[in-house]
Amino acid sequence: MTTATGRYPSPYDSGGGTDLADILERVLDKGIVIAGDIRINLLDIELLTIKLRLIVASVDKAKEMGIDWWEHDPALSSGARSRELEERNAELERRVAELQALSSPSGQEPAGGRAATAEHDRRERDAS
Amino acid sequence: MNELLYVYAVTRPFEGGVPAAATGVGGLPARPVEHNGLVAVVSDVRAEDFEEAPLRERLEDLEWLAATARAHESVVRAVIAVTGAVPLRLATVCRGESGVRRLLDEGNHRFTTNLDRLEGRVEWGVKLYAEPDPEPDRAPATAPAPAPGQQTHGGEGAASPGRDYLRRRLRSRQSREKSWAHADALARRLHTELSRCADGQRLHRPQSGQLARASGVNVLNAAFLVRREESDAFVGQVERLTPRDAGVRVELTGPWAPYSFADLSDPPDAPPPSHQDEQEAHEGRAGT
Repeated sequence: MTTATGRYPSPYDSGGGTDLADILERVLDKGIVIAGDIRINLLDIELLTIKLRLIVASVDKAKEMGIDWWEHDPALSSGARSRELEERNAELERRVAELQALSSPSGQEPAGGRAATAEHDRRERDAS
Repeated sequence: MNELLYVYAVTRPFEGGVPAAATGVGGLPARPVEHNGLVAVVSDVRAEDFEEAPLRERLEDLEWLAATARAHESVVRAVIAVTGAVPLRLATVCRGESGVRRLLDEGNHRFTTNLDRLEGRVEWGVKLYAEPDPEPDRAPATAPAPAPGQQTHGGEGAASPGRDYLRRRLRSRQSREKSWAHADALARRLHTELSRCADGQRLHRPQSGQLARASGVNVLNAAFLVRREESDAFVGQVERLTPRDAGVRVELTGPWAPYSFADLSDPPDAPPPSHQDEQEAHEGRAGT
């Protein structure tokens, strides 16, 4: 990692090495928006950034995932990311349930909780 | 005078002119246009690229757009090497110097407010990538089958291949969860610690691996506003906070012009500004 020095730090990564994504993120999405004499609809630029993500992403992704790649691309929607979180969540819940089952062996009073108590009651009812 | 001028950034008047290295969009050198206490850094551009109709088409051309974006950024970068500047959005184009002067007049308050607020500060980008272990199903190599020699010993392994498989899956799942949790904790720590040595921070949308060319999952994409003289300390802090272990990667970019912090206090359609913003705006006016 380079350390910038001097009053005006030298560019961390000058020239063509700077990632296009980092540049576009700033020059298209950020900076002062003021109308010049050539009017570009700002909506066009917003659409453009979305399209760009599609174009650039499609090159690699299409090969990997086929025609429906965009449905799974985290860059396009937070859907994929939240699906992933949901999956992790469900997995964690399963494991918690497993661990609870292990840590409260039969005969021992379940450690509180209405659901557990209800389950306990039901078992007693069934047994009688 | 109806030639088209591309405006890159606005500064206060500064000594020495625009650095010669600042080659603008389309290859012509950038130059200053001074008006009413402000300087627009501009370059001449061709009408066949930048008149309304062709520009709309050009913007659809990824290669053209990439080259234009890089030229825009390289001029802005050259300018912030010599003076404080507020960058404009890509493709801000005026008709002649009179158009540039009109733009400076119309935006005078916004430009001066931003220049005052951002004076002496640059932007650093910090990204964190998580590189969790691959899925066990897709990477059978990480869970090698027992060597033929071992199988002859019989024993538990051979007796319960199913249990071994489940155990491997569990280990793999645990390690993946651990690295996600690790990346998440590090992202929070980076953001908190770095915000402490910055004058401002902004979170950007995490980048897609494809556009960014980078491997791993971008879990943090943040920009920090840092005083120039504190940049060394900031970079040092990023290095200190960067773990040496595998599974995560920290990427530092900059110094950028304060793109991500321009106009934050005075957006066109924003709710009424806060007291702090008002104070800054007053200071801005008082300074002129």
